[in-house]
Amino acid sequence: MEEKLALFKNRKRFGIEKNIDIIFKNTALVLSSFVAIILLGIVLVVFFQSFESFSRYGLKFLVTSEWNPVKDEYGAFTAIYGTLITSFLSLLITIPLGVGTAIFITEDFVPKVFREIIGSFVELLAAIPSVVLGLWAIFVMEPFFRAFFVFLHNFFGWVPLFSSEPTGRNSLLAILILVVMLLPIVTSIARDSLNQVPKKLRNASYGIGASRWKTIFSVILPAALSGIMAGVLLALGRAMGETMAVTMIIGNSNAFSWSLLSPGYTISSMLANQFGEADGSQVSSLFYAAFVLMILSLVVNIFAQWLVKKFSLKY
Amino acid sequence: MIKNTKKAQKNNILSLEDVSISYGKFEAVKNIFCNFKKGDITSLIGPSGCGKSTVLRSLNRMNDLIPNCSLKGTVLFDGTNIYDKRVDPVEVRRRIGMVFQQPNPFPKSIYENIAFGARINGYVGDMDDLVELSLKKAALWSECKDKLNDSGYSLSGGQQQRLCIARTIAIEPEIILMDEPCSALDPISTLKIEETMHELKKNYTIIIVTHNMQQALRVSDMTAFFNAIEYEDGDGGKVGYLAEFNSTKKIFSSPKEKTTQEYISGKFG
Amino acid sequence: MNSLFYQKNSSRNIGDKVFTSLSLICVVISILPLIFLVTYILIKGGAQITPELFTLEPNPPGDDLDAGGINPALIGTLIITTIASIIAIPVGVGGGIYLAEYSKGGPFSRFIRFGVNVLAGVPSIIAGVFIYALIVSTKILFGSMYSGLAGGMALSILMLPTVIKTTDEGLKLVPNELRYASLGVGASMYTTILKITLPSAFRSIATGVVLGIARAAGETAPLIFTALFSYYYITGFGDLFYEMGSLAVLIYNFALEPYDAQNKLAWAASFILVLSILSVNIFSRILAALTEKTKRV
Repeated sequence: MEEKLALFKNRKRFGIEKNIDIIFKNTALVLSSFVAIILLGIVLVVFFQSFESFSRYGLKFLVTSEWNPVKDEYGAFTAIYGTLITSFLSLLITIPLGVGTAIFITEDFVPKVFREIIGSFVELLAAIPSVVLGLWAIFVMEPFFRAFFVFLHNFFGWVPLFSSEPTGRNSLLAILILVVMLLPIVTSIARDSLNQVPKKLRNASYGIGASRWKTIFSVILPAALSGIMAGVLLALGRAMGETMAVTMIIGNSNAFSWSLLSPGYTISSMLANQFGEADGSQVSSLFYAAFVLMILSLVVNIFAQWLVKKFSLKY
Repeated sequence: MIKNTKKAQKNNILSLEDVSISYGKFEAVKNIFCNFKKGDITSLIGPSGCGKSTVLRSLNRMNDLIPNCSLKGTVLFDGTNIYDKRVDPVEVRRRIGMVFQQPNPFPKSIYENIAFGARINGYVGDMDDLVELSLKKAALWSECKDKLNDSGYSLSGGQQQRLCIARTIAIEPEIILMDEPCSALDPISTLKIEETMHELKKNYTIIIVTHNMQQALRVSDMTAFFNAIEYEDGDGGKVGYLAEFNSTKKIFSSPKEKTTQEYISGKFG
Repeated sequence: MNSLFYQKNSSRNIGDKVFTSLSLICVVISILPLIFLVTYILIKGGAQITPELFTLEPNPPGDDLDAGGINPALIGTLIITTIASIIAIPVGVGGGIYLAEYSKGGPFSRFIRFGVNVLAGVPSIIAGVFIYALIVSTKILFGSMYSGLAGGMALSILMLPTVIKTTDEGLKLVPNELRYASLGVGASMYTTILKITLPSAFRSIATGVVLGIARAAGETAPLIFTALFSYYYITGFGDLFYEMGSLAVLIYNFALEPYDAQNKLAWAASFILVLSILSVNIFSRILAALTEKTKRV
């Protein structure tokens, strides 16, 4: 026995092995806290850079739409309005489409193979870079919808949202390209939430003689609602922060207009357009706008996470 | 009388002295006093929830891996309290091996499954010999000598469990802990493992948790019967305690406690 | 009257049919853009592909009929994505290891996991703004302002949450029994992680990381004022500290040019970008499906 044990040289852990173990753990700890450091860094840096503009314009910045580097007057209302209107309206279109698609691929209307193909198709859409979608929007979508926009203006011109003559690039096109980008997010999260609804709920409903869609509307959708809501909020956060495709198609004009058929601005497209060439107090004002965007998306994201946690659906 | 105690202590390889184990605020087992003798097979039996697995895992500090798990009292091994701050739990596990409820071979070849632990322990002898010897001791050699490079998962459940035993004895531990090693296995594999245990008894001290009283009767020299009682404050939670500890023969033929009698005759569990 | 036969005209059955068709329409509307988009890019972009495209510099926009190639942008994308990976993979894998292996469900890990999700939701342009303020405007990198290095850093911020998440989740899928087995034979924690748990989770982590890299390769917003753009060949190591082109920024810049030649270059770059991103995605999907199948057997 003693002789055999002599063959095991590391029965005692030597100092070096113990130290490696401790160093390994602490390195991992430091690396994981990087996330918190970066997050905090982003908030602090953007806040302090925007401080000059914040102290000069205060909250007036949020409600005026003068953006004049020559006169040193800055107000981001047009961009904030653009961010909110494009993200909310695109979401309004996306929700029924996405949830409808999700229902189709979680029910057994067509064989499973087809449903899986459709599902992965929609998810592949999410992999397409937004700059490519922007390119496509400029050269394919814009000409395609031109006549339709004229029609909208002619027949619904009395609605403020369609009150202006349609221009080449405008907010409505930005909304449409956002729909293409948000669809995969809403669809895949809605699909996951629907799949998590226990089978027995569905069977219970069928068991008392409810039809398929009666079951979907009164049992399955309500059960999956919190998950779908969280997905919608995540999509909202994405829509507000989305930059490239929107910048390329929205027309980038700071002149305020209620109409979706005229060019607009969003905070992120304003940043993309002006940040490279800005100097002086314009930079600080851009940081202020960035700060507003960050707060908006943080609030939406944190709320989404809270919702996920509260209803403890796992993603 | 004093002489007797001393002699007994000399034979004790592992002693629990007033051990209580809690998960967070909830006490799982309380005030355990128990001595395990060198070269014995000791069974821990008792109804589910009595904390016998918890006690077993505390013997080589596997409990450290469960968040919130804490232990009060002393676990003496080789004259040292293994819960002393200066003790390295990794070293404890190198000397007290463990076989788990579910067979858990590494996703590596059969050969590597055994060599992994030995290498970690700084084995300097001939690895091929060690693998062969360990597999022979675990009664697996004849079944797998021709496929040592196959994955450990290619074996059947019973064979996998014997591979895990071989892996454990390859590092020459002083004690082998077994946590319901046969609960996931069919009766034939179970018998094979029991045979293996009889072989191992010559060189090792074994402590085994089992649900199967027949198994306890077949393999062990000593038996510890654990039971659980409701908390005194009576909110429905239960805490485990050591109800009776004696030679297996006595436990099964003339138990002192009424609950032991009831448990082994199948009245509860 | 109450027959059990299917009644075509009952309001319930008509309603069911209407909704079923509606959901089918949703599917069609959701998928059509992808089909249009991919075919259009493949046709329009594929038509521009020539050998010179991969070797030449782009010509500055103007009345030149010939736009040149995208060599600097292609190499730039590779370099910037590599820099981002070099930063994000070790940090992310290390952080994921801590979350999954050491801190389990403790308050610290809950906080960090929350942070990971929040960081994943930070708009990509904010990452660019952050690096601009931190690196570009301060000229902290040996006096250089816009640089490939700064671009890589901005991208790494976007990659980090993906890498941590896939590592964390990949490791969580490794059964605890395997960890106990290794620790039970007296392995140290780091040996257990490096030799047993990480290798077991390797495939799922690698898939997630590769998808994250593919996603980063197409990101534009963080680059437009960190790496900026360059028309010139990348010739040496020192070029890391200067403006660097990338496929994504090339598409952005050239899509907005009024000249057809530059637009065509943007389509060609899109073709290459989309083809590589989609093939990485499809390949990893097939791989995941195959793994799933072999596991079941």
